[in-house]
Amino acid sequence: MTQAEAKNVNVWYDDFQALKDISMTFEPNTVTALIGPSGCGKSTFLRLFNRMNDLIPLFRMEGLVTVNGQNVYSKGVRLDEMRKKVGMVFQKPNPFPKSIFENVAYGLRVNGINNKKEIQETVERSLKQAALWDEVKDSLKKSAMDLSGGQQQRLCIARALAVQPKLILMDEPASALDPISTNRIEELIFELKKDYTIIIVTHNLQQAGRISDSTAFFYLGELIEYNLTKKIFLNPDNERTQNYITGRFG
Amino acid sequence: MGKGRRIYEKIVTGILFSSSTITSLTVILIVVFLFKEGIGLFNSTPTEKNYVIAVSKVNTVPIITSNQLADIFNQDITNWKQLGGLNDSIVRLTVNDLANIFTEEELGPNLEFLPAKVNEYIKATPGVILYLSKNQLPSNFEGRVIPVKKITVKDFVGGKHWYPTTEPIPQFGIWPMIVGTLMVTFGAILFALPFGMATAIFMSEVADIRLRNILKPVVELLAGIPSVVYGFFGLVVLVPLIQQLFKLDVGETVLAGSIVLGIMALPTIVTVAEDSLRTTPRALKEASLALGASQWQTLVRVVIPYSKSGISTAVILGIGRAIGETMAVLMVTGNSSNIPTSFLQPTRTIPATIAAELGETPYGGLHFSALFALAIILFLFTIIINLTVEIIKNKNRRA
Repeated sequence: MTQAEAKNVNVWYDDFQALKDISMTFEPNTVTALIGPSGCGKSTFLRLFNRMNDLIPLFRMEGLVTVNGQNVYSKGVRLDEMRKKVGMVFQKPNPFPKSIFENVAYGLRVNGINNKKEIQETVERSLKQAALWDEVKDSLKKSAMDLSGGQQQRLCIARALAVQPKLILMDEPASALDPISTNRIEELIFELKKDYTIIIVTHNLQQAGRISDSTAFFYLGELIEYNLTKKIFLNPDNERTQNYITGRFG
Repeated sequence: MGKGRRIYEKIVTGILFSSSTITSLTVILIVVFLFKEGIGLFNSTPTEKNYVIAVSKVNTVPIITSNQLADIFNQDITNWKQLGGLNDSIVRLTVNDLANIFTEEELGPNLEFLPAKVNEYIKATPGVILYLSKNQLPSNFEGRVIPVKKITVKDFVGGKHWYPTTEPIPQFGIWPMIVGTLMVTFGAILFALPFGMATAIFMSEVADIRLRNILKPVVELLAGIPSVVYGFFGLVVLVPLIQQLFKLDVGETVLAGSIVLGIMALPTIVTVAEDSLRTTPRALKEASLALGASQWQTLVRVVIPYSKSGISTAVILGIGRAIGETMAVLMVTGNSSNIPTSFLQPTRTIPATIAAELGETPYGGLHFSALFALAIILFLFTIIINLTVEIIKNKNRRA
C-alpha cells in the first residue's frame, strides 16, 4: 500500500507558481529525500502533506494529495485528525517553553487524552524511540529550553512520535545542528524507518545519500527526477540532476 | 575642512549632552519639589498657625488628636471621660461664641477685655474647650493650652476624613481617596482586560491582515482622544444611563469612572498585548498545529503562555494609565470624599482631588502641603507600577 501520494499537484502563492504538476508516491517504511536549490519548492511540497501551507496568505493549490489513501484536501477532512497522522520536525528545534515531559505529552493532551498512566507510558516510549530517554529520564520536569540544540531536536522528534503518526515530515532537521548531533539524528532516522515512513527535505547531499532510499530532485517548482537514491547519485537520467549532484550549481 | 567638521561635531555633541542633562535635571527637580512641598504636612500641627486649643487647668487629658477634635466639634464626643479625662461634659467654644455669652460692654469696644473674660470663663467651666488665636490668650493665662498631636503619615494615609478647610480643625485623611482610586482603577481593569484581550487576540490570531490594518489604527486613535472628551462622553451618556439603569439618585459613581477609564486604558492594553502575542514564534504555533492542536488550543496552550509576560505588562501599563488619569474621572465620579462601599456610590480619586482643590488653596498652607503629599502618594503608586513592569520584563529576558 502506498503511504502517501501527490498527483498532478500545482501550487501558487498569489500569482507565483511554486509547484508545477508534481506527482510522486511514497512507500511505507522508506526514507525519501527531497533535494534541490533554495526556493525550488521542496519545503512547499513537504508541507502539503499536513496542510501547513494553509497558514500562508494567498496560498492556492490544485491536484490530489493523499495520506493513507485519504484525500488531505477534501472538504470534510478534519485538520486536527489528519495532522495527528502526520508528524513534523522543523528546521530549527522548536520545543515549547515547557518541561521536557510536557513537550512530549502535548500532542496527547490536545487530542483529549488525560489518562495519566497512558501519557506517562507514551512519553517514555517516545523518548526512547527518539534516543533521548537515557539523557533526560531523571530530569523530565526540567525546562526543554535547557537542553542542547541536538537534544532539543530529538525532543521534537519524540514529540512528533508521541501521537503515533504514520508519516513523518522532516524539514532540514539537522541543518541547525553540529556534526555530532547531526550524526545522531541520522542514526535515529535510520532506526525510525522500521516503523514510519519519512520524507525529509535536506540541503546536505551527503546526508541524502547516507539516509534515504529514494531521492527527488526539485528545480524551479518542477520535479526533475525521482528515483532510487543510488541511481540519482551514481547515474542520474537528467543532466540538471547531474549538475546539481556534482555541485556545478545550487 | 577637517577642522570645521570637528567643531561642528563638538557643537552637536554639546547640544545633545546639555539637552539630556536638562531633561534629567528637570525630572529630578520636579520630584524634589514634590517631596519638599509635601513633606511639610507631616510633623506640623493641624491647627492654623497662631491658633491654639485651650482647656481648663483641671483637665487631665494630656494631648489631643485632630480626629478627636473633629469628633468633639461634631458632637460625637461629648464628655472628657471618652478621652480618658475627668467626667466633665464638653463645652465647645470658639471666640465668636464668647461674643454671644458676654455683652459688648463686658468685652470692651475693641475686645480689650476679651483675654480677661477668657480666663474667667475657663476657670468657671472645667469641661471647656476653646479655640482661639494666640493674641487673644491672656498674659496670665489660667487655663492650659492643650497640645494637638502632629500629623503623622499614618493619620494621613489611614485617616478616613478629608475636610481640608474645616474650622477649627481641618482633617487630612486620604484613605477615602486611596480606596476610591483603587476601586476605580480595579473596575477599569476589570472592564478593559476582557475586552482588550479579546481585541488583541482577535487582531493577532483571527483577523486577516487587511482587517488588522484597519483595526489597529482605530484602536490607537482611541489613545489620542483628549481625556476631557472621554469625561464629557461619560458625563452626558454614561452617567444618566447608570442613574436610570440602577435607579440611583446620582449617576456619578465609581462604576462610571471605571468604564470611562476602562475605555481609556483599552488602547494601551490592546496594543501591548497584541504586540506580545505576535512575538510568539511561528515555529511554535506550527509545531502545535502539526501535532493536531486546533487554532484555539494553540492559542490557549502555546501563544498565551508564551506571551504572558507581555500580557502582564499590558495590564500593568493599563493600570498605570488609569491610576493617574485626572480630568475624565473628575467629571464622572461625583467628587464625594466618602469611602465608597460599592461601585454605585460616588467617589473621588487622588488626581481628581488635586486638580479640583489646588486652584482654591492658598500657597504654603497646610491644605496646600496636603495636596502635595497626596501627589507623593500618587507618585509612589506609579513608581511601583513602573518597577513591576521592569521586573516582569527582566524576568522574561532571563527566561
